[in-house]
Amino acid sequence: MYEFDFSFLNDYMPDLIHGIWLTIGMTVASILPGFVLGTAVAVARLRGRPWVKRIATVYVEAIRNTPLIIQVFWLFFGLAALQVHIGPFAAAVIALVINVGAYTAEIMRAGFQSIPRGQLEAADCLALSPFQSLIQIEVPQAVERVYPALVSQFVLMMLATSIMSQISAEELTGVAYMIQSFTFRGFEVYLVIAVFYLGLASALRFVLMGLAEVSFPRRRRLRTPL
Amino acid sequence: MLGLTIQQIAYIFQGAGWTIILSLLGFVGGTVLGLPIALARSSNSKALRVASSLLVQFIQGVPLPVIMFVVYFGISIGGFEVPALVAAGLAMTLYSGAYLGEIWKGCIQAVPKTQWEAAECLALTPAQRFVYVVLPQALRIAIPPTVGFMVQIVKNTSYAVVINFFDLTYSAKVINNSTFMPFTVFTLAAAIYFAICFPMSVLAQRYERKLHRS
Amino acid sequence: MNEAAIPRIQSKDSPAMSGSSQPMVRFHNLRKSYGAVEVLKGIDLEVSSGQVVALIGRSGSGKSTALRCVNGLERFQAGELHVCGYDLSAKDLNLRNLRQDVGIVFQSYNLFPHLTVEQNVTLAPRKVKGVGHTEARELAKEVLAQVGLSDKVDAYPEQLSGGQQQRVAIARSLAMKPKLMLFDEVTSALDPELTGEVLRTIERLAADGMTMMLVTHEMAFARSVADQVVFMHQGRVWEAGPGDMLLDPQTVELRQFVGSGL
Repeated sequence: MYEFDFSFLNDYMPDLIHGIWLTIGMTVASILPGFVLGTAVAVARLRGRPWVKRIATVYVEAIRNTPLIIQVFWLFFGLAALQVHIGPFAAAVIALVINVGAYTAEIMRAGFQSIPRGQLEAADCLALSPFQSLIQIEVPQAVERVYPALVSQFVLMMLATSIMSQISAEELTGVAYMIQSFTFRGFEVYLVIAVFYLGLASALRFVLMGLAEVSFPRRRRLRTPL
Repeated sequence: MLGLTIQQIAYIFQGAGWTIILSLLGFVGGTVLGLPIALARSSNSKALRVASSLLVQFIQGVPLPVIMFVVYFGISIGGFEVPALVAAGLAMTLYSGAYLGEIWKGCIQAVPKTQWEAAECLALTPAQRFVYVVLPQALRIAIPPTVGFMVQIVKNTSYAVVINFFDLTYSAKVINNSTFMPFTVFTLAAAIYFAICFPMSVLAQRYERKLHRS
Repeated sequence: MNEAAIPRIQSKDSPAMSGSSQPMVRFHNLRKSYGAVEVLKGIDLEVSSGQVVALIGRSGSGKSTALRCVNGLERFQAGELHVCGYDLSAKDLNLRNLRQDVGIVFQSYNLFPHLTVEQNVTLAPRKVKGVGHTEARELAKEVLAQVGLSDKVDAYPEQLSGGQQQRVAIARSLAMKPKLMLFDEVTSALDPELTGEVLRTIERLAADGMTMMLVTHEMAFARSVADQVVFMHQGRVWEAGPGDMLLDPQTVELRQFVGSGL
């Protein structure tokens, strides 16, 4: 009978905590730039000149139809081949932003398309510039409509950081690999790591939903669920 | 060609073959697991609903590479030495089963309640109601998201690289290590993934539009 | 299209004019088509400062299209349109400047659902005119009092009735201090019991001397509030005159329209 041994939890706690922080760091650093990039690409696909639209579409389809890990390798080893050394953390964040930007673009596009035409007409007639109308009227309403989808996308992105140890960014999964290679307790180590990720995913969901309470005062006041 | 030898390119395509095999395993396994999950998620028994929902939430809250590791080391503590293909196939089965189950649950629930009632009024048994009335309608709704998820399966087989499963990602990594031509090698690998995934994405979109129109 | 410099055309065929200064709105032989379908077949119309003009007619008569041309929501193919000193056919027309002078209220209110009443009202003054925070608050108070909704400053649109929402939309336009207000069937989406409060608000604006063009189905209202009623039919100004012309139509079409119980 196999005997479980979780003593590594004591011995390697500092490493685990370090890994968790790196995972959180990558996630937090990628969310806002990823959102901004995705929103910009969504606007480009909806309003851009034909060539801008084409570039935006190629970007979205190229990213959505290839694995993240290939994108990460392409960027990380590619930069190294160009003698550009930015370190694994920066490379991981750039790859995550480019990746999540494409998915966010599709979500935000749906959000923009769901805004009634009359809203834009009203903004126009109040002499708001196209950019003011985008920032003041369209983005807030689009985000509100697609917020749950955005949250799910960012949770998936957090989970996807688990492959960044492949480019030697020692996030949580990377730390787990190191621990199992010393203790030969792979099963226990990854079970514990799985629970950590579950906790991180719930925490991220909780924080982002809390952010919604702050960002959408109308929802808070009227108690309408997202 | 492209600065790579024929052998190197052949090696990469060999990896692509295993990517397809693992994808098929993942889809077949995911279907076998996903169907009972979908049924349990929409069943009348609360215990079944809670249990299946917990399983789905667990798998969806854990990164696929970690599931790969758990399965890989889990099998080996039984004292079995298994090929990475089995571990990766099992992990893909768990992963696809959870997501497909959730997708299909949504499709079953999208069939209007009145259809169940109408079937009941025709004195069909619960099983007959499901098989003859609800299932055919749910299947139609299920096609676009299922094809769409197959793209996710193909892309996510790449995570099997963490347990050293020989697939397209692994073979590309090996060739890059020996040639150090990352742009060529990974662009080629990306192009092969794209060639597999993009047609399915287009198909999913087309089905989706067709469904919306009718 | 016309060249930029156009000689002034005397308003020989425009009815019921005070005839003092240059009119605020001047249509001259304006034509507009959607593809092959001509919806405006040469409109001549003038609105002078302080005047209230009601556009009436069946749906499809072109009255809403004519109104939407006035603030540039619709472009036209031929003829002239001058509004508040802007030449609407000019290639270098600055629509944003024009729209600071011309407010519009829509049938479907189009309030911004994510903003409070006050934020709806102050958004454009703050962003477009650079009005400061405290000044904007004062402005909101002033225009909301004008429409009788001082107590709804912090409400969200969905907390208000349709009539209240429409009055906020009017206040939102007023906050830009427009020289001219356009009303596009503003009561058509409202229940009869809510129509009255919106019409009374418009009447008060008219009494205060606001220049207005309104497309409406409320005949009694058009008769009482408008200095000039314009009956449009098949893309043309069919008959125009003071409100009382509705009591004594000169054309068969207007007689049928008035008689159809609208």
